[in-house]
Amino acid sequence: MSPHTDSVTSVDARALWTEAMAAARLREASFTTLSGDELRAVYGPEDVDLDSERDLGWPGQFPFTRGVHPSMYRGRLWTMRQFAGFGTARQTNERFKFLLEHGQTGLSVAFDFPTLMGYDSDDAIAAGEVGQVGVAISSLADMETLMDGIPMGEVSTSMTINGPASILLAFYIAAAQNQGVDPAAIRGTVQNDILKEYQAQHAWLVAPEPALRMVTDMMAWCSEHAPQWNTISISGYHIREAGSTAAQELAFTLANGMEYVRRGVAAGLDVDAFAPRLSFFFDSHLDFFEEIAKFRAARRIWARKMREEFGARDPRSWMCRFHTQTAGVSLTAQQPENNIVRTAFEALAAVLGGTQSLHTNSMDETLALPTEKSVKIALRTQQIIAEETEAAHVADPLGGSYFVEAQTARLEAEAEAAFAEIERRGGVVPCIEAGWFQREIHRSAYAYQRAVEAGEKRVVGINCYTEEEDSQASIELHRIDSSVGEEQTSALGALRERRDDAAVRRELDAVREACRGSENLLERFVAAAHAYCTLGEIAAVLREEFGHFKEPQIL
Amino acid sequence: MSSAADIVERLRAGERVAVARLISWAENGDARFAEALGSVFEDVGRGRRTGITGPPGAGKSTLTNELTGLQRAAGRTVGILAVDPSSPFSGGALLGDRIRMEERTSDPGVFIRSMASRGSHGGLARAAIDACDVMDAFGYEELLVETVGVGQAEFDVMEAVDTVVVVLCPGAGDGIQAMKAGLLEVADVLVVNKADVAGAERLLTDLEDAVALRRRAEGAWEPPVVACSAGRGEGVEGVWEAVEHHRRWLAEDGRLRARRARLRIAQVRGAVAEGLAARLWGSGGLTERARSLLEEGGTPYDVAADLLSAVSARVVEPEEVSGS
Amino acid sequence: MTDRKIRVLVGKPGLDGHDRGAKTVATVLRDHGMEVIYTGLHQTPEMIAEVAAQEDVDVVGLSILSGAHMELFPRVRAELEQRGLGEVMLVGGGIIPPEDAAALEAQGYARLFGPGTPTEEIAEWIKARMGERLAAEGGGA
Ligand code: B12
Ligand SMILES: Nc1nc2c(ncn2[C@@H]2O[C@H](COP(=O)(O)OP(=O)(O)OP(=O)(O)O)[C@@H](O)[C@H]2O)c(=O)[nH]1
Ligand SMILES: [Mg+2]
Repeated sequence: MSPHTDSVTSVDARALWTEAMAAARLREASFTTLSGDELRAVYGPEDVDLDSERDLGWPGQFPFTRGVHPSMYRGRLWTMRQFAGFGTARQTNERFKFLLEHGQTGLSVAFDFPTLMGYDSDDAIAAGEVGQVGVAISSLADMETLMDGIPMGEVSTSMTINGPASILLAFYIAAAQNQGVDPAAIRGTVQNDILKEYQAQHAWLVAPEPALRMVTDMMAWCSEHAPQWNTISISGYHIREAGSTAAQELAFTLANGMEYVRRGVAAGLDVDAFAPRLSFFFDSHLDFFEEIAKFRAARRIWARKMREEFGARDPRSWMCRFHTQTAGVSLTAQQPENNIVRTAFEALAAVLGGTQSLHTNSMDETLALPTEKSVKIALRTQQIIAEETEAAHVADPLGGSYFVEAQTARLEAEAEAAFAEIERRGGVVPCIEAGWFQREIHRSAYAYQRAVEAGEKRVVGINCYTEEEDSQASIELHRIDSSVGEEQTSALGALRERRDDAAVRRELDAVREACRGSENLLERFVAAAHAYCTLGEIAAVLREEFGHFKEPQIL
Repeated sequence: MSSAADIVERLRAGERVAVARLISWAENGDARFAEALGSVFEDVGRGRRTGITGPPGAGKSTLTNELTGLQRAAGRTVGILAVDPSSPFSGGALLGDRIRMEERTSDPGVFIRSMASRGSHGGLARAAIDACDVMDAFGYEELLVETVGVGQAEFDVMEAVDTVVVVLCPGAGDGIQAMKAGLLEVADVLVVNKADVAGAERLLTDLEDAVALRRRAEGAWEPPVVACSAGRGEGVEGVWEAVEHHRRWLAEDGRLRARRARLRIAQVRGAVAEGLAARLWGSGGLTERARSLLEEGGTPYDVAADLLSAVSARVVEPEEVSGS
Repeated sequence: MTDRKIRVLVGKPGLDGHDRGAKTVATVLRDHGMEVIYTGLHQTPEMIAEVAAQEDVDVVGLSILSGAHMELFPRVRAELEQRGLGEVMLVGGGIIPPEDAAALEAQGYARLFGPGTPTEEIAEWIKARMGERLAAEGGGA
């Protein structure tokens, strides 16, 4: 590794630099990353202890530090996947058809709050929230409307749903069957990462243990009947957005990933039968180099764990493939146009970090759901990176950078320390029940807020370069039609009239039986879906049988 | 601005906001409280008071919630006081116990009040007993008092309730530490919560042995040791059965009356001590005198003796003292 | 010997799970000497008003990022009034477009603080407002 120069000279050079540095006048500023890492002024060979064969490999090779594909973006660019959805199934269906006609092949579904939480649109608790931040899907009938005229054997659909993921997937499977499409032909993803719900996003249905059973039931069912379906997207994004540092995001996400693997194995599945269908979802924040290092460290750690600890043999089981979203929480309501620039840096970090797909946030992030115009700018940002910069021409362009390699190694070491801490506290689920993750995340969020208010962490428009005049008023807003709720409610009322009540009762009883026994729950949900049992009805049975999760008191 | 009479009238009319307001007055040291309490004090004493104490995170709130469920099923109303620590730095507090009791929020037969410990260091708040008195006067039948998560020596709850339930759980050696520290001394019922967690069995037998080994006076109460999983709602009936058992024991030989008398004496002593302290030190005169005596080279004991003799004759005439 | 603290309820009404802001604000208010009751997530307006009644709070603070603010603020206000708690100060924050914030404030539903507001500013505002109120209540306490 050492350069071919005379080593005495290089030591002298470093000593000289150290001296010059000590004498230099420095700016009044903090040089610490969001993870609290005190950065050095420059990094050199002494700062990295790297065995390139062991720690880097080549792209597409273990431990995949440099990327999961040999050709990286020369083969195929990352997928530009903008997450969206609102209103009724019919409105979203129209939008999907429009997108498909314009060449998009993948659909991405955002659900509204009632659906995310497992309530029907006509539940009293849903008042004012139906169709507001995503599409409302209360039964197979809504799913049929959503996918009407869309060939379900051909498109790939990503559904951002967790607590009731199995129920929504059951609606999807049933809708496909009604189109004459076999589950073996459906392609797509459900987020279905329940662990991070308790830790960060808080849209859960029942307590962790039964929820994990639903996850393993889905893994088992899909590996047999729907082998092209991705069963979990293990998400650090939510953990980070809830306030964690990059180091915590990395550690907690991978700890969750390992927990799913353990559960799958404990349920009797062969690790290579399901691990290739696991993928990840990370955040890309503004600490540019630390973020890039985080993506690289994630691949390295996952590969090592899967091969060495879990004995996976299929290289696809070792690969940490991931989607990235830029950091919504880094965006400001003040001078919102600046958000375009922030998002561009974050997107670039994701690309330099080797992401498989990317969502870029829109400049109106803090105001409401984005308008078409702002979404288009966000998408163009990705296209500019892909087409106009040479970022996509070379795999892992920052590999070998002293700084980035040192950060990668540091993050890996910090993650290992966190894994040990979680283990010491009894594992992921006990840590959730005790509120440990939640408390750690809250502390980081609070520290960040303090740092911003104290001016240690600079944010343009917030604590420097502020403007008197509020420029947010100049931005056009996305508004949701409030009649969505009424439309959904009356459609649901009609469905309840028309369906076969006896069949509904029979299927709900069967779900209840399955909860008490060991029958595969997804199998039962598909049957219940065909009888037009609603999301809320099925979820109510689960809540009754499995019990609620009460959030631990962490403040 | 309501008067004490107004609030008492609303309390008698069954308005829960009156309960809430009276408790605030007690907490804030509002002069109207004493007046209001005076007019309802004859109604105080019907409620049964149970304290729930134990180390942080042992499951006190979860157990309180479960016990409340049992009482409600049996048709009894419940008043809950949940105390959390105040920040020694800001004096503020985050009161979060009621998150665990959320399902009770809409039950008209349950009243939950969160209280910050403010200046108190004994695991309760100064106004804890007042709050119980108010809930009692309103008619809540079962009063449950959750203390802050206690460590070694915060046992005010002993002087505030009829029955003290000490909740422990396996892990982190808490159980044994707590025993040594004296939680065992104050317990009328010992609960091993989180029986579903590894180490519970061991904690249970350790506690049983410790109870058996302790020497106690003839006829003294021997605390039963009960296991439960409050988080799963399992074994909670056993905890309540133990509380009832202690109550039956208290009911004999005038023990309950004696215990409550002791409680009130302690409360009076506390109030007197507080009042005296405020009067003695409030004007700053005594502090000044102490400072100058110390500067003259007196030992702390010399100085204390001097101050005591200076005030002892006049202690019943506080105005004069504060004028000194 | 009065010991008057500002009591604040920080609540999360509706199905919204965004709690980063609520928890941060709750902690900051604690650091400013207030006694803060945090309800946890997923509360109905009835539950929030009921807790406010039992806890005799001075301030109810709601955090809403779900877009349901036009539904939830008025409902919480109505529930408070129904319990005779009309004078409780209602404040809030979250994702509330400026026109909506202006409308809610104009109708007297609440005082709102949007993204990027320094939490110090929120705490100072509450303290100042409560200071005025307590002074108006006079030496009664
Ligand atoms: C972080 C975040 C998340 C995290 C939440 C983590 C957590 N535990 O909180 C994650 C990634 C999990 C998430 C998920 C979702 N999110 Co989100 N999220 C955000 C984001 C980026 C930042 C919010 C934040 O925490 N900011 C930091 C805190 C400190 O600021 P704050 O909450 O605004 O608080 C400040 C003020 O508002 C005020 N304040 C706030 N509360 C209170 C309370 C009181 C009493 C007072 C006085 C003041 C006050 O003071 C604070 C300090 O300045 C916003 C967009 C944005 N940039 O604001 C979107 C946003 C809120 N999310 C949105 C959506 C749609 C979702 C999802 C529904 C997506 C989906 N369909 O799956 C899910 C739902 C999750 C759920 N269960 O609720 C939308 C909401 C759209 C709308 N309202 O119209 C937003 C606006 C993004 C967008 N433009 O699309 N999200
Ligand atoms: N495994 C298990 N966990 C439990 C049980 N009871 C409570 N818990 C968990 O223990 C944690 C603490 O419970 P709380 O009821 O809040 O404990 P507490 O003693 O009131 O805590 P503080 O008021 O903070 O001192 C929570 O995460 C509960 O879910 C139980 O029976 N089994
Ligand atoms: Mg508690």
